[in-house]
Amino acid sequence: MLGPGVPWYLAISAILFATGIAGVLLRRSPLIVLLSLEIMLNAANLAFVGFSRLFGELDGQIFALAVMAVAASEVCVGLGLIVAMARRNLPLDVDLFTELKG
Amino acid sequence: MSNVLVWVIWLAAAAACIGTGLRVVTASNPFSSALSLIGNLASLAVLYLLASGEFVAVAQVLVYAGAVMVMFLFVIAYLGGRADAPWAGGTRLFQTASVITAASLLAVTLVAIMLDAGDRLSDEADISRAFGSPAEIGRLFLTDHLLAFEITSIVLLVAAVGGVVLGMRSEAEERADAEGAQ
Repeated sequence: MLGPGVPWYLAISAILFATGIAGVLLRRSPLIVLLSLEIMLNAANLAFVGFSRLFGELDGQIFALAVMAVAASEVCVGLGLIVAMARRNLPLDVDLFTELKG
Repeated sequence: MSNVLVWVIWLAAAAACIGTGLRVVTASNPFSSALSLIGNLASLAVLYLLASGEFVAVAQVLVYAGAVMVMFLFVIAYLGGRADAPWAGGTRLFQTASVITAASLLAVTLVAIMLDAGDRLSDEADISRAFGSPAEIGRLFLTDHLLAFEITSIVLLVAAVGGVVLGMRSEAEERADAEGAQ
């Protein structure tokens, strides 16, 4: 394999995943939370592609494509929710969504 | 391609990936967050290419950096100024705990990778030229992973229907709007 080996890909994947977690936990705008979720999904995808290269099996790449489809569905529903909240004049701030609190 | 050239491209893509990732989380303007995520996805596509994932890289650019992010940008434009929520939430304690959580998870993962990097993670399997090509991916999707392929189509359909239902206006809203207009 030319260039860096699989551990380097996994390191990048870990860094991206930690970035995404920080975004989900810290930010208050639901839009940015969704964007950070995308980063986490892509970090998992990078690990899938890296391991797929390590073992020489394409199943990891198939899984990465399935994750992409699920991410597209998630964005569709998530953005639908955000637009619906905006139309009902709810504040777009995840700290203020407390109606479902147990 | 020579080994050095691949290293240079890889390092550039990795640096762009991490930089834009941090920018997504730290930017105060949602537009620059979304645009940085496009850069992030594009540099990830370069990494996929270098790991012999040609089809995944192309799908990443087309589906993710193209379609999904355009949807994001449209919604941010639709929301306008309402999309700007305050930067960080919770108490100072909660913020510190969030950062510590992310940092410790990163540390644990990196240590695990480094401990294992010497033996099992470094001897890659030999692959043919067809590895990661559209033909090979398509063959797998229609043979070994046919069920996953079909279920994916159902998931996408359900998500599309869900998006339409969420976007529909309720009767109460219609009435309120009609009264407001009079």
